Amino acid sequence: MLIEHEPYSLNAAEKQPLLLAELNALTLHHQQHCSPYQHLVKAQWPAFVTANQSAQLPYLAVRLFKQLKLQSVPDAEVFKVLYSSGTTGTPSRIVLDSATAAIQSKILVKIMQHWLGKARLPMLIIDHPGVIKDRSNFSARGAGIQGLSFMGRNHCYALNDDMSINFEALEQFCQQFGDGPVFVFGFTFMVWQFFIQQLKQQQKTISLPQAVLLHSGGWKKLQDQAVDNSTFKQQVLTQTGISKVHNFYGMVEQVGAIFVECEQGHLHCPSYADVLVRTPGSWQTAAVGEEGVLQLISTLPRSYPGHSLLSEDRAVLLGEDNCPCGRPGKYFHILGRLPQAEARGCSDTFFPSAKERTTP
Amino acid sequence: MSNDLIQTNTAKLTAAFASALVVAETQIHDDLAYNSIKEWDSTAHMLLIAELENAFNLMLDTDDIIDMSSVGKAKTILAKYGVAF
Repeated sequence: MLIEHEPYSLNAAEKQPLLLAELNALTLHHQQHCSPYQHLVKAQWPAFVTANQSAQLPYLAVRLFKQLKLQSVPDAEVFKVLYSSGTTGTPSRIVLDSATAAIQSKILVKIMQHWLGKARLPMLIIDHPGVIKDRSNFSARGAGIQGLSFMGRNHCYALNDDMSINFEALEQFCQQFGDGPVFVFGFTFMVWQFFIQQLKQQQKTISLPQAVLLHSGGWKKLQDQAVDNSTFKQQVLTQTGISKVHNFYGMVEQVGAIFVECEQGHLHCPSYADVLVRTPGSWQTAAVGEEGVLQLISTLPRSYPGHSLLSEDRAVLLGEDNCPCGRPGKYFHILGRLPQAEARGCSDTFFPSAKERTTP
Repeated sequence: MSNDLIQTNTAKLTAAFASALVVAETQIHDDLAYNSIKEWDSTAHMLLIAELENAFNLMLDTDDIIDMSSVGKAKTILAKYGVAF
């Protein structure tokens, strides 16, 4: 099983056969246990039996998790339901049983250990404590913070409920732990808008020279302000002294197997996940360097058919097994969201009623 | 290892679990598993880790947290740090 391997330990020749076997097994499992999934596959890939390479696997438009009840476990075995933040209308609904939830946590920790080490570091969370208060109804943000708090100790929330900086808590944290390694986590936009920008406006700096900042959650709002990754990193360094900054990409539909940015600024596939880029329209796989729509593959989802998903993000594959950072596997860039109409088009393709229009 | 010490450690462990999960001490037995009752969810798990670290004055790493899937498993993990049960 791929989950038994270290996150960045397999080259393509080692990984692809294992990946393919697990994905074929998952496709079969979900066809047997989720009838809407079976209908979607039958409608779109009527001749599909088994894939000889991962590009041949059926994939679902991620939007379908907003529109259909897609689960491969009986209701009695549902342990937790995750909802996407849902900036546009209905949120996605991701059904977890306890085994899938456990494996997601395990893999998330395994990947994070690679970047943070095994010791739990003092953790500064760039958010307000209210975000995790309602335990039965976590937002995606709350779930993300909750999931990552496993990696830390002495958790400190840097913001107040009104999104202002809690300077008293922050200064105490820096004083107590600032000389050593610490883990700083927040969502990209929160870190930028409510932390870095506020520090700058108030002409304050903090010093966390040994910290690792991990951040996630989309660049759209930052791109609107013309803030790119290098500007982000530069400002973080200026205001906080943090030089180790890693973005990571993941979505609520595939929690656990996340894609972390290396020192070269490239997002890397861990052993348990993979990506393909598809050209809109033809939906053929795009070559390295060619822009397209990102397809995400993960071996973790068993309780819902989320092992092969077409995202609504534009991306470009940069290479495989040859990143200068030395980590094997595919690496890529996210270029931004698909325009709404085009994104809707992706999922229309996957409704049986629309099948006469397009065949992948 | 004296029986007294083992008894004390078991009592401390039970108290830590009961306090973190907010359940009665009578509910704490070796087979009680993570996620098997609604009180032992990921939020409670973090509280539990903090309680155990305080009670036994040690620092658990991330592997320990992930491996701590039952009360019995917690004892095995704490034993690694020299806590006898």
